[in-house]
Amino acid sequence: MTTPASGQPAEPAGAPSGAGGTATADPDVLRAEHISKRFGAVTALRDVNLHLARGEVLGLIGDNGAGKSTLLKILCGFQRPTTGRILLHGQEVTFKSVDHARSLGIDAVYQDLALINELTVFHNMYLNREHVRGPLLSNRSMRREARKHLDEMGIQIPSVDVAVAKLSGGQRQAIAVARSVYSDAKILLLDEPLAAMGVKEGAIILDLVQDLKRRGDVSVIIIAHNYGQVLEVCDRVNLVQHGEITLDKMSRDTSVQELTELVVAEYRKAMEARQHNA
Amino acid sequence: MSETAERAPASGPPADPALAPGQPGARASSVGRIGIRLIQQRELTVFIVAVGLVIYFSSVSSSFFTRDDLVNISQIIAPLAIIACGEVFLLICGELDLSVGFVYGFAPFLMHYLIDFYSVPAIPAMILCLVFGLVFGYINGFITIALGVPSFITTLGTGLILLGFTLVTSNAYPALIPESAVGPGHWIGTYAWSMITWAIVLVIFFQIVLSRTRWGLHTVAVGGNILGASEAGIKVKRIKYGNFMITSTLGAFVGLQVAFQTNSIDPSSGGYQPMFYAIAAAVIGGTVLSGGSGTIVGAFLGACVLGIMQGGFTLIGISANPLGIIFGGAILIAMIVNVQFTRLRNAGRT
Repeated sequence: MTTPASGQPAEPAGAPSGAGGTATADPDVLRAEHISKRFGAVTALRDVNLHLARGEVLGLIGDNGAGKSTLLKILCGFQRPTTGRILLHGQEVTFKSVDHARSLGIDAVYQDLALINELTVFHNMYLNREHVRGPLLSNRSMRREARKHLDEMGIQIPSVDVAVAKLSGGQRQAIAVARSVYSDAKILLLDEPLAAMGVKEGAIILDLVQDLKRRGDVSVIIIAHNYGQVLEVCDRVNLVQHGEITLDKMSRDTSVQELTELVVAEYRKAMEARQHNA
Repeated sequence: MSETAERAPASGPPADPALAPGQPGARASSVGRIGIRLIQQRELTVFIVAVGLVIYFSSVSSSFFTRDDLVNISQIIAPLAIIACGEVFLLICGELDLSVGFVYGFAPFLMHYLIDFYSVPAIPAMILCLVFGLVFGYINGFITIALGVPSFITTLGTGLILLGFTLVTSNAYPALIPESAVGPGHWIGTYAWSMITWAIVLVIFFQIVLSRTRWGLHTVAVGGNILGASEAGIKVKRIKYGNFMITSTLGAFVGLQVAFQTNSIDPSSGGYQPMFYAIAAAVIGGTVLSGGSGTIVGAFLGACVLGIMQGGFTLIGISANPLGIIFGGAILIAMIVNVQFTRLRNAGRT
């Protein structure tokens, strides 16, 4: 049903295309076209077009409630779009479930982390892709692998045997990210991976993303609020406002200042509209 | 007896000797070891209470340790322990089944109808009773999960319907065990130690399922964080359906056992009492009513405490009238001690 994670993903067969895409026919590993999502009367996304190249790190920024998380949940198969289509390696796909998307190489770290407080660190790391021997869980192998991966990433926790409830917010976040990174996913979706992080823990996650970028075969979408960090680690940024993507620029062509001004301008416009109505 | 069962899950697969019952994977690293000790303490408290009761009753009554009395007590414990196996799974994943006692009541009648009215051979008839349990559990699951009715109400309703069905079809008259079923029935409930043997086997089996299989792990995950579990791709609905079905099937099995053991099929058998006692056993044994954690072994020990109390007080000749006061008080005291202990433990962990 689910494949156990087995350490480092294999090297890509072809040459990794650099960030930003090369001149191949379709450099995009993931493409979302005309995606919209309505929850009853509320429109969370309208006609969103998004693309992600192989090995690229894309930052999604925007105010709270702009639709970033909804977009991510659609891309990882947790929710279905109301309209629009998703192309994976140029082929149209309909994700039937999170498991289905995961089997196609897409994995997500959610804002709420999807960790189970009652379970140990290593059970959380292998949640729903447990190692088994026959009908029984192979705790020993999961424990060993979890310890190895966390050590490699420099994530410090007292023990992989403690319940996740006993860890700090940053440690929990680090475990959630580590879980996805070591799942053999080729497309990683990170919803605010830096929230609740101390400076040191945040740096670990950023380093991790840089490592993935260097490897070249994993593409990443990150939702984050710290524009400085976004520009540092992402190749490209998309600004989401009111359920639409209003800006799509390479990181080197924009600045913290520009992004901040755009978001603040939106806020001002909303305030003026409100005053105008009053 | 309880001691054997307490060690049992750990002695299952040899790979993990330090595995604490019910806490999947807790193991002997420095922090883990302390954790194990604390977790075991909860079961240990219940175990000590059970031993204390045994000492008390054997000191006030010379017949407490006679064979007859032990058999009697084991036959009180067994149904509670078996039903508790199912209820623990349901409680952990955040649900509850009030109807299981009525499946218990109906199953032996179903066997009687099948054998005596439809000429079904005994063993297939008993298997069909278990299948009925599966189907009934599925219906509970369907109303709860697909139609969104809280399981408390769902199972209150389905249980009453089944009670009515039992009374209507039997005209509220008891029935005899069909002759063809008497033989196989010995192994299920008639022999003195049949019931407790089944109970221990099932307790060990379900403890292993809970702490050593994906099903058990996912049950804990669903109860601990249902959104997180579904985001991780766990099939939340399937887990819940399955646990409803386990519970009802165990209820049907217990109903057959008790019918064989008492050698009659009684329309007043089952009902709310065994169900509530089973849930009480689970909670005394450390299962959290709000879901996310619990152990089968703990529930078994809880059932032992309740069974020993019931058998013991009856034996020393306390009249039936104040028994409720003693019983209710004992359950409350056991729970207050447990809750306060947990609070102390949680306060000390950071």
